[in-house]
Amino acid sequence: MVVDLDRCTGCEACVVACRAENNIPTIGEAQASIGRAIHWIRVERYWEGEFPDVRVKFQPVLCQQCDAAPCETVCPTYASYHNPEGLNAQVYNRCVGTRYCGNACPYTVRFFNWFNPAWDKPLNLQLNPDVSIREVGVMEKCTFCVQRIKAAEIRVEAEKRELKDGEFNPACVQSCAPKALVFGDLNDPASEVSRLARSNRGTKLLEELGTRPKVTYLQRDS
Amino acid sequence: MKTRDEINEDLLRPLFHTSWRFFVAFIPLALLVLAAYGAFIYQMWSGIGVAGIRRPVFWGFYITNFVFWIGISHAGTLISAILRLANATWRRPVTRCAEVITVFALSIGALFPIIHLGRPWLFYWLIPYPNERSIWPNFRSPLLWDLTAITTYLTGSVSFLLLPIIPDWAVVRDKAAGWRKKLYTALALGWRGTPKQWHRLETAMHTMAVVIIPVAVSVHSIVSWDFAMAPVPMWHSTIFAPYFVAGAIFSGIAGLIVAMAFLRKFLRLEEYLQPIHFDNLGKLLLMMVLLWLYFTVSERLTTWYGNQNDEMAVFWLTQRGSFAPLFWVMVLCNFLIPFPLLAAKKLRTITGTVIASSTIVVGMWLERFLIIVPSLAHKYLPYSWGSYRPTWVEITITVGTFAGMGILYLLFVKFVPIISIWELKAGLKAVHSPQLTIDSKPMVAPLVDR
Repeated sequence: MVVDLDRCTGCEACVVACRAENNIPTIGEAQASIGRAIHWIRVERYWEGEFPDVRVKFQPVLCQQCDAAPCETVCPTYASYHNPEGLNAQVYNRCVGTRYCGNACPYTVRFFNWFNPAWDKPLNLQLNPDVSIREVGVMEKCTFCVQRIKAAEIRVEAEKRELKDGEFNPACVQSCAPKALVFGDLNDPASEVSRLARSNRGTKLLEELGTRPKVTYLQRDS
Repeated sequence: MKTRDEINEDLLRPLFHTSWRFFVAFIPLALLVLAAYGAFIYQMWSGIGVAGIRRPVFWGFYITNFVFWIGISHAGTLISAILRLANATWRRPVTRCAEVITVFALSIGALFPIIHLGRPWLFYWLIPYPNERSIWPNFRSPLLWDLTAITTYLTGSVSFLLLPIIPDWAVVRDKAAGWRKKLYTALALGWRGTPKQWHRLETAMHTMAVVIIPVAVSVHSIVSWDFAMAPVPMWHSTIFAPYFVAGAIFSGIAGLIVAMAFLRKFLRLEEYLQPIHFDNLGKLLLMMVLLWLYFTVSERLTTWYGNQNDEMAVFWLTQRGSFAPLFWVMVLCNFLIPFPLLAAKKLRTITGTVIASSTIVVGMWLERFLIIVPSLAHKYLPYSWGSYRPTWVEITITVGTFAGMGILYLLFVKFVPIISIWELKAGLKAVHSPQLTIDSKPMVAPLVDR
C-alpha cells in the first residue's frame, strides 16, 4: 500500500469505512476515554511550527504489514504469523491474549478485545458476514481486508484469468476521496502501487527500526 | 551451646503445637487470598477489561508482580546453593527458610502470566504437546523460553528444598504419634540414617547446588528478555539480563531477611537466627545495594548520553515526568535508606537490616513497575502515547498474592522444621571435633536421633 500524505485531507472516511467493513466493535465513551477504542486505521494529526505559522499534518496509520515484523516472533502460539502471501496475519482462534505482540509493535496498531463485543439492535444487522467477530481476550488489527483479497482470488480462479491491477481495494482505499491511499500487488513491478512505492518521495514509517514495512508514505521534500 | 535434645524440642515445637496466634495470622490472610481468587474469577467472567491495562500499556500490575515474585524467588535456592558451595558454616539455620521462599515465590510468580492472559483458560496452548491444532508453540517467543526456564527452576528448587528435609521428616516421624506418625512415615521415604543414605544425600545436594546456580541465573535472564527482545524504547537493552539477575538477588536477600525476622519473632527462634546471621546477610545485601546503584546509573547514564529521541521520551517521563515521584521513591527505598543502615556497623542490627530489607522489597517492586509501564506508555509514535492506572481487581489480586505467600509460609512451618535439624547438628559435631571443621561437610554423617 502507498499513502500519499500530501493528498490526505484528514477526513477519516477510511476510519469509518474500515469500521463498517471489518465489524469493529464500538466500546462506548468510558472505555474509549481510557484508550481502549479500536481503529484498525487511524489518522494521526501533528502540528508543525509555532502559532500563527502552523501547518497541520495528517498521517493515516494502519498495520504496516512488516516483512520483519516484531509482533510475529514474540507470539508464543503463532496467532500472529506471516502468511505465504507476505501478509501479516492474525489468527484469532490461536490467540490466548498475552498481548506481547501489542507491546512489540512499534506502530501501536494492534488492538485488544478487553470485553466480548456487543452491537445494540438493529446495529447487529449491519455486520459484515465475511468477517469473523472477535471474542474477548484476543488481539486484532488491520488485515488489508483479507476477505476481499480472498474473494478476488477465488473469482479470478473461477474465471481462469489474471488479477487486474486495482480490480479490488480494501475498504479504506475504496473510500478515500482524495485518492491518498493506493493498494495493489508489490510483487508486480508494473502495478501502480509498485510505481508509487519506488518514488523518491517515498519513506517508510520508523524505517530505522528495520521492520521493513510494506506501506510506503509519500511526501514532498521540505 | 544447645544439646541435640534441646534442638529437637525447640525446632519441632511448631509442628506439634498450634497456638491461637497461628489462627489470628491465618484467618485474615486466608480472607485476602479468597478475595484475590474472587477478583480473578470476576475478571475471567467479565473480561480482562475490568483490569486497568489498556492500549498501549498492555502489561501492567500483573507482569510487574510476575517479575517481582520471580525476583524474590532468587532469595533461596541461589543464595543457599552459593553458601553451601562456599562452605559458609553460618548458613545452617538460614538455608531452609531461604529455599522455601524460592518454591513459593516461584509458584506465585508463575501464576501471573496466566492471570494476565486475555483467555487464561487456554494457557496450556503454550506447552509443547501433540495437539488437535497440529502446531507447535512458537519457540522463537521469549514467553516460551520463560515457560521452559520457570518449569525447570521450579522442578529444581522443589528437589533442592525436599532433599534435605528427608532426614528431618525422619526425626519428626520418630517423635510423632497418631496421624502424624503415619504422615511423616510416608514423607520420610524410609530414611534410616545409614552411611549409604547419607552419602547419597550429600552427593545429591552437592550436585543440585552446582546445577541450580546456572538455572537460577538463566531464569531471570530470560525474564529480562521478555522485555529486552522487543523493540521498545528503554527495553531493548543488552544490560537487562545481568541487571535483572542482580535485582532479583537483591530483592531476594531482602525478602529472606524479612521472612527470617518474622520467624525469629513468632517461632521464638532467637537462639537460632542470631544477630550474626542478619549481620552477614546484611553485608551481602550491602553489596547488592551498591550493585543495584551501579546498574541503574549505567543504564540511565548511557541512555541520557546517547540522547536518542525515542529513549529520551521514556527517560524524562521517569526522571521528571509523571512517573518521576515513583522513580525517586524507588531510589530512596533501594539506596538512600538501606545504604547507611547496612554500611554502618552500628546500624546493621536486626532492626536495621529488617528496615532496610522492607524498603528494598518496596523499591524493587517499584523498579519492576518503572521498567515495564513508562516504556509502553511512551512508545515511538507520540499520537498513541497513553497512561495506566490499576483498578481494584489488579490491586486485590496483588495484595492477595502477598497474603498467599504468608499463608504458604505459615502452613509450611506447621509441617516442616523451618531450620534444618540435621544440618544444625552437623554443625555441632563440627565444633566438637576439630578435624572436621576444615571441611564442614562431615565425612561421617551425624546419626539421626532415634
